[in-house]
Amino acid sequence: MFEIVKREEMAKGTVILNEIEAPRIARKAEPGQFVILKANETGERIPLTMARTDPERGTITVIYMVVGRSTALFRELRVGEGYQDVIGPLGRPAHLDRVGTVVCVGGGTGVAVLYPITRGLKQLGNRVISIIGARTKDLLILEDEMKAISDELHLCTDDGSYGHHGFVTDVLKTVLEEETVGLAVAVGPVLMMKFVSEITRPYNVKTLVSLNPIMIDGTGMCGGCRVSVDGENKFACIDGPEFDGHKVDFDQLMQRLQAYRQEEIQSLEAHRCRLEP
Amino acid sequence: MAEKEPVKEKIPRVVMPGQKPDIRRRNFDEVPLGYTSEMAVEEASRCLQCKRPPCVAGCPVDIDIPAFIGHIRAGDFDEAIKKIWEKNRLPAICGRVCPQETQCEIRCVLGKKGEPVAIGNLERFAADFARINGIEGAPLRQRPTRKRVAVVGSGPAGLTVAGDLIAKGHEVTVFEAFHKPGGVLVYGIPEFRLPKEIVFAEVALLEKDGVDIECNMVVGRTVTLDELFDEGYDAIFLGVGAGLPRFMDIPGENLIGIMSANEYLTRANLMKAYRFPEYDTPIRRGKNVAVLGAGNVAMDAARTAIRLGADEARIVYRRSRQEMPARAAEIRHAEEEGIEFLLLTNPKRFLGDDSGHVVGMECLRMELGEPDASGRRRPVPIEGSEFGLGCDLVVVAVGSGANPLLTSSIKGLELNRWGYIEADPETGKTCLEGVWAGGDIVTGSATVILAMGAGRKAADSMHGYLTGGRRLP
Ligand SMILES: Cc1cc2nc3c(=O)[nH]c(=O)nc-3n(C[C@H](O)[C@H](O)[C@H](O)COP(=O)(O)OP(=O)(O)OC[C@H]3O[C@@H](n4cnc5c(N)ncnc54)[C@H](O)[C@@H]3O)c2cc1C
Ligand SMILES: Cc1cc2nc3c(=O)[nH]c(=O)nc-3n(C[C@H](O)[C@H](O)[C@H](O)COP(=O)(O)OP(=O)(O)OC[C@H]3O[C@@H](n4cnc5c(N)ncnc54)[C@H](O)[C@@H]3O)c2cc1C
Ligand code: SF4
Ligand code: SF4
Ligand code: FES
Repeated sequence: MFEIVKREEMAKGTVILNEIEAPRIARKAEPGQFVILKANETGERIPLTMARTDPERGTITVIYMVVGRSTALFRELRVGEGYQDVIGPLGRPAHLDRVGTVVCVGGGTGVAVLYPITRGLKQLGNRVISIIGARTKDLLILEDEMKAISDELHLCTDDGSYGHHGFVTDVLKTVLEEETVGLAVAVGPVLMMKFVSEITRPYNVKTLVSLNPIMIDGTGMCGGCRVSVDGENKFACIDGPEFDGHKVDFDQLMQRLQAYRQEEIQSLEAHRCRLEP
Repeated sequence: MAEKEPVKEKIPRVVMPGQKPDIRRRNFDEVPLGYTSEMAVEEASRCLQCKRPPCVAGCPVDIDIPAFIGHIRAGDFDEAIKKIWEKNRLPAICGRVCPQETQCEIRCVLGKKGEPVAIGNLERFAADFARINGIEGAPLRQRPTRKRVAVVGSGPAGLTVAGDLIAKGHEVTVFEAFHKPGGVLVYGIPEFRLPKEIVFAEVALLEKDGVDIECNMVVGRTVTLDELFDEGYDAIFLGVGAGLPRFMDIPGENLIGIMSANEYLTRANLMKAYRFPEYDTPIRRGKNVAVLGAGNVAMDAARTAIRLGADEARIVYRRSRQEMPARAAEIRHAEEEGIEFLLLTNPKRFLGDDSGHVVGMECLRMELGEPDASGRRRPVPIEGSEFGLGCDLVVVAVGSGANPLLTSSIKGLELNRWGYIEADPETGKTCLEGVWAGGDIVTGSATVILAMGAGRKAADSMHGYLTGGRRLP
């Protein structure tokens, strides 16, 4: 078992942080890499990015949004309990370079994935402008952490409950107008990554996105995670998850994420029945 | 060649009872039901106990076939399984999935005039009898050597190396990327051909012998080969299989409902998606299923689709019946279960609806031309023969390649041009000091027993290396 040593609800009931004992993985992981977790015998294999690793303590930290059956099951795990299986580090590390000024754009729990990448970019000596957003104030995560590693931090909420009233892309436009930006990194809902890529394209700003297709093994064995990049099929688990946003077929990815929509609802229903007899 | 003439009143080969096709096509229980003790004794009595038995030469792990069959004939089932264990620690598996008709049974002298002894069925019987009755072999371990061996991959190749080297007194750790050991035996071959409980029981016997199995270890990622040597391992065996799915590379292949056989079978077998929602992993239940390819993997996928409730499941294959690579028994089972064969047909593109779900394929009819490099007649498309075929699930089972995840992490490891590891066919030695390889990652997709045979040879060579190196090439 991989024990949970710390648990936090970053947004009550919806955004959960788990610090998990996994010394081997903690020692090897680099920014941008992910793990696959399975809660119990009947569980599904779920990919989550490591927001933090602590090689000394031998722990990794994941932050996830509760969206369906498996993440709802993860939410039930307490400190002292744990995951039956944790596999990783998987995927290629994020490609970090010193380019001058970078813009880091994060939406929802994507901020958790963005955080270690942003930190890496900062440590290389880049000037970091971060733009993070969420549907509403309560869902905005890692504000203090992002502030500490950003030269400039912009906050947005869709409902205007905090920071700029509107989307991260609005702020991004202003930044691109005012600054010479060498690189953009965007992590969040697929639609957000698509729009960010469309906005940066006319400015010729290279844009890296971190894709989240449905995965099973995470080792290049099943091909379920294939995404179309520049007209070519890539396996996100071994060729990614980071890709050039200007080349990704986001519409196809969005469709493919719906592959098990019906089953996901059915599974969540079955789960609810078990919880509330 | 025969030592004796077959006995006068010939006993026919004892047929193993099984589930009837119309019943089994809707459940995941095992199809053949196994021999009773009486049936096993009767079948065993057909064996001529040849003095120089040709059957043994057909078994890549050298089971003393007449000896174990002799024990079954005498009703001494304990001794029978102990005899088998001397050479093979996975008999319940081999008895079920070995292509006996091209390995041991093809060489049986009885096969010359009639039907060969059902060696596989008898091996299965002995192993099942032992498991059900809790018979355990005495620990086979020799004096400890204090040498440490790392085995990467827990498929049949890796498990054989582990079993052999633990018996020779070495310390063995198996590292497996998945959360369960067994390789293709657990993620690929379906429950109705090889119940997973049986695989886990045979793996448990190895653990009892002292083999340490660490799952969730993606070697090359979680730990590298260099780090394993640094941690004190003296020799390493690479048995990671051929786990890279091949696709058709035709338009529309990323539509929802089109997936590799690896994905489809992994969901069904390893993740037990056929028991969804009791198990959390979902699987697409197609009503009208097309499986591309005609090997064992394709048969398994089509038979799984039927069991998941398909009205129709079709094998779509570009060559003719004669060229189908699957075992004869698998093809027969598939046909009995109502699977249709659409031969000399190849998809040209996939068709989808607005929401990105597959709804059909455009296919071309083929004819056979001149033989190609493999000696099989090359399928050529008939111009203008396009026709449509409706389907809501497509499983692509057109073969697999070498997964580069591990091999690309090892500096200096020699690969052939398809990405498989270069290893000496006699010893399994790679070009790197202290590193051996075997099974599908060396030969490309083959069979369980060939992977085990490769494991046996590598284990012998590794043992020589670990105990003085005299057998080093
Ligand atoms: C490399 C990678 C890194 C990720 N990192 C994070 C992270 O740090 N934090 C976070 O909150 N989420 C992350 N995700 C997404 C997360 O894996 C999914 O939200 C989760 O699998 C949903 O499972 P569920 O059963 O709760 O929901 P479901 O009811 O199964 O599905 C809800 C949604 O999640 C998608 N989904 C379902 N199964 C999978 C799967 N096996 N893999 C990917 N998506 C799936 C579905 O398309 C659906 O839109 C990451 C995904 C990938 C591929
Ligand atoms: C659907 C299907 C049906 C088949 N039916 C039959 C049959 O009826 N009879 C028969 O004889 N053969 C059959 N075969 C073929 C047979 O299963 C294989 O030839 C055999 O399993 C190969 O054994 P192996 O040990 O080389 O590799 P595998 O069985 O593939 O095992 C390799 C293992 O290594 C693990 N691994 C991979 N990479 C890493 C890594 N980096 N670190 C750690 N572990 C890793 C994998 O997860 C896997 O568990 C079938 C194959 C399939 C796919
Ligand atoms: S292991 Fe396979 S080849 Fe060997 S005797 Fe048994 S069935 Fe035959
Ligand atoms: S199985 Fe066949 S070849 Fe082998 S000993 Fe018996 S009769 Fe002879
Ligand atoms: S998750 Fe299976 S190939 Fe990427």
